[in-house]
Amino acid sequence: MKAIVTVIGKDRVGIIASVCGKLSQHNVNILDISQTILQDYFTMIMLVDTAKCELPFTELARQLEQAGKEQNLSIRIQREDIFNAMHRI
Amino acid sequence: MLNRKDILETIQMIDQQHLDIRTITMGISLLSCARSDPRAACDAIYDKITRYAEKLVKTGEDIEREFGIPIVNKRISVTPIALVAAASETEDYVPFAAALDKAAKTTGVNFIGGFSALVQKGMTDADRRLIAAIPEALATTDLVCSSVNVGSTKAGINMDAVALMGRTIKAAAERTADRGGFGCAKLVVFCNAVEDNPFMAGAFHGVGEAEKVINVGVSGPGVVHHALQAVKGAPFDVVAETIKKTAFRITRMGQLVAQEASRRLDTPFGIVDLSLAPTPAIGDSVARILEEMGLEVCGTHGTTAALALLNDAVKKGGVMASSSVGGLSGAFIPVSEDEGMIAAAASGALTLDKLEAMTCVCSVGLDMIAVPGDTPAETLSAIIADEAAIGMVNTKTTAVRIIPAPGCRVGDTVEFGGLLGSAPVQAVHPFSAKAFVDRGGRIPAPMHSLKN
Repeated sequence: MKAIVTVIGKDRVGIIASVCGKLSQHNVNILDISQTILQDYFTMIMLVDTAKCELPFTELARQLEQAGKEQNLSIRIQREDIFNAMHRI
Repeated sequence: MLNRKDILETIQMIDQQHLDIRTITMGISLLSCARSDPRAACDAIYDKITRYAEKLVKTGEDIEREFGIPIVNKRISVTPIALVAAASETEDYVPFAAALDKAAKTTGVNFIGGFSALVQKGMTDADRRLIAAIPEALATTDLVCSSVNVGSTKAGINMDAVALMGRTIKAAAERTADRGGFGCAKLVVFCNAVEDNPFMAGAFHGVGEAEKVINVGVSGPGVVHHALQAVKGAPFDVVAETIKKTAFRITRMGQLVAQEASRRLDTPFGIVDLSLAPTPAIGDSVARILEEMGLEVCGTHGTTAALALLNDAVKKGGVMASSSVGGLSGAFIPVSEDEGMIAAAASGALTLDKLEAMTCVCSVGLDMIAVPGDTPAETLSAIIADEAAIGMVNTKTTAVRIIPAPGCRVGDTVEFGGLLGSAPVQAVHPFSAKAFVDRGGRIPAPMHSLKN
């Protein structure tokens, strides 16, 4: 299943490394990354594949959110379908 | 890959503009639960609801996490209880409400609707018993919502029922006087009630519906408001177009959630109700959308036109986004549940008369309005009759959810808490309609009901 990971927060060293580390730890494959700084805010969007992830999706979402909180970041993972539904006909 | 702008826009809608799925409502038919022994009937009702809706809340929460979209309410609607209880040999229908309440608590849903009767043309003995039980049922249960349909375009308006409902609303308020007449917040009087409405307090599972069904209500006044801020001063064609596009996106999301819930619960998908349902939170108000169109305050001249445009554009945008649109679909104007409406009513700009005019063009009717506690039952009945007439003649749903707040006067505020918010007590006309209401009988259906 494909999903979108978004990471938003104050920019600092090592954000990408820590998020990617967390994803690889659970066998989530990263298919595409786009990253930018918007008004001092680090904004990263990743397209990932969770097919081989050993955790249930809701648990993965919870863990990412928790990891985000610890680093003062907003990290969320959402199924790709919601964005397709809203922005594609 | 998806456009970055689109992704961030969606996240912003959810985080800052209060975009959410307002409700996933499971409709359950209770026709199979009719028993001559009332206790056996209540047991059957409890068993059936808890069996069918066992996984409703859990499924809603899973979808919420996976899609990252808040699903505010999980609810159940059932067959109007007057139809189910009619077979039981009892005068007292309060235990049926208790059974619904217990089932709602076991399944963990926020509300259960369907303590209802459909009496637009006439009342059966069961309908009378149900209406008689409403004040007690609403006072002694927490999650049960009640509705009574007193008129329709096809049948006209049952004025006996209208008179009875005025007295019932008074009794429900008095029975819950310690909570500001809270019982009335769970009681709706309809004209042209719809059978697949997922929104409370008026939800019930119509007799033309399947065994069970999933209906979804989407919301998002904040998103529409935000979108309109980007087209300040533009002509109304642009305003309508902007609202349509926004409504389309919101509804697509609702459709996705509805299909997913339907699949996981192995329950047929019914409809998406694309209503702009406000909450008392700042930035989640329908009144503020109307003000964004250029009105100094909601309720001033121009409000009805603004609301007409909004209601229509929401439907047009949403209708293509879902395979099946139903329910009430449009814009809600509940006073106590809308931060902008509360402010407008408190400032005196938004009166009951203006609200009545607005109900001619919005999706429902006079909703969550507090009036003085000493308002006579006949005045409440006359207010209901006016609303029902608007619904009957315009072939639309109208409703009255009005709270004669015990001990309160004009200018006081009644607090209901949570999504129900707080209502400034509004003035009603002091002149009597008693002789009018006392006539009883039926107001005939309009000419255009004869379409065959």
